[in-house]
Amino acid sequence: MKKIVQIIKSFTLWELLIGMKLTGRYLFAKKVTLQFPEEKTPYSPRFRGLHALRRYPNGEERCIACKLCEAVCPALAITIEAEPREDGSRRTTRYDIDLFKCIYCGFCEESCPVDSIVETNMSLYHFENRGENIMTKPMLLAIGDKYEKEIAESKRADAPYR
Amino acid sequence: MFDAIIALVWIVIKIVIILVPLLIAVAYLTYAERKVIGYMQCRVGPNRVGIFGLGQPIADAVKLFLKETIDPTAANKFLFMLAPVLSLMPALAAWAVIPFNNSWVLANVNAGVLYLLAMTSIGVYGILIAGWASNSKYAFLGALRSAAQVVSYEIAMGFALVGVLMAAGSANLQTIIHSQQGGIWHWFFIPLFPLFLVYWISGVAETNRLPFDMAEGESEIVAGFHVEYSGMGFAVFFLAEYANMILISALVSIFFLGGWLSPFDGIPYLSNLFAWVPGIIWFIAKTFIFLLLFLWLRATFPRYRYDQIMRLGWKVLIPVTIVWIFVVGFAIEFHLSPWFN
Repeated sequence: MKKIVQIIKSFTLWELLIGMKLTGRYLFAKKVTLQFPEEKTPYSPRFRGLHALRRYPNGEERCIACKLCEAVCPALAITIEAEPREDGSRRTTRYDIDLFKCIYCGFCEESCPVDSIVETNMSLYHFENRGENIMTKPMLLAIGDKYEKEIAESKRADAPYR
Repeated sequence: MFDAIIALVWIVIKIVIILVPLLIAVAYLTYAERKVIGYMQCRVGPNRVGIFGLGQPIADAVKLFLKETIDPTAANKFLFMLAPVLSLMPALAAWAVIPFNNSWVLANVNAGVLYLLAMTSIGVYGILIAGWASNSKYAFLGALRSAAQVVSYEIAMGFALVGVLMAAGSANLQTIIHSQQGGIWHWFFIPLFPLFLVYWISGVAETNRLPFDMAEGESEIVAGFHVEYSGMGFAVFFLAEYANMILISALVSIFFLGGWLSPFDGIPYLSNLFAWVPGIIWFIAKTFIFLLLFLWLRATFPRYRYDQIMRLGWKVLIPVTIVWIFVVGFAIEFHLSPWFN
């Protein structure tokens, strides 16, 4: 009996028709595609993207050249050189991040005692020439100046969970 | 002399009138395929070039035109260049006998079915020669597999056509269509239903489409017989595959669904309502259904294993056709109405 049912099923293409019914239904199903450059998925405030150096509201840079980030960086991507400034405060003269070495672990951000080095949620950037992968201090500060509002906002959103 | 030239020019004009829309249809079939399969996978398919991505086939064609044609050092240059032509030519030449309407046919030959069988068989030479001339083991294995498959399914296809020949009593495609006259229940797909299925399945296998795409095989033999082709050579193989799909769809609608006949003939009210629709519209609509079915099959089924393909071809499809040819014989003998009276 089972065998007869099997033969009838295979000759009427029964199971193939069931499969085609399924794909036929998906033809009219809602599409899940995200039209990328126009639409984006939401980012977490913890997203670790491109780095930035922040400033205090009075314009003074936060970084005090404690070199904790340089010490904690597992990929040795950060290079810092420091000297006392004219006013006697301790500041960096060089703060380079090699983005090719960086593994975006976020340890620098976590180790920073003054919330100076942060990772923004920018994930879309590119290099066109050799050497552009090394982010220098002015570049990092520029990013920080430009996106200070977003950085502060995501810091605030994530603060209760830190 | 002058009359002969005029006749020749007329034929060339007719060929252009058939081929240009056909090639446009081929281009947009690739677009339809990507769109339909995308939709069935909850994606949206190409939508960047032009509105709804309608410029995509043109962009693809331009890209392939501009690409360098690489011919491998070890390849046989002449055959390597000949193979794409050999696979496209029969797919286009077969359209000579396809009737589009009551009198619209380029060559109304009496042995039309034989001509079609011959043309669809010649296509396999393109594949074989491409595989051999590339001098690559993957291309060669792909060509062998494809040739074995096409030759096996040719038999089932031929047997299915024997049923059509018996039912219509003619090998002329116009006569085959005329003998299906008189509404949807007069079409051959009802008395010849198993042959209809067999013809369709072996048609899918003939064109090397999924789930019978043994000629290709990403994981084993890369792209099969056309691994070594690039640029225009590859584009021509692509064209040939899609032109064959359109051809098979057109043939199924002619042999089993009455070609350009209206499905509403003989129904009192509907037949008048649809009397204004030209036959070519019905023909295109029927062809369209089968083209959609090609894409639908591709989106649904995983591929067969090689021995399963051979089993299906030789041990299922061919016996089914032989049995049904006998059934058709008896039906004709006893004048089973409304098809065989």
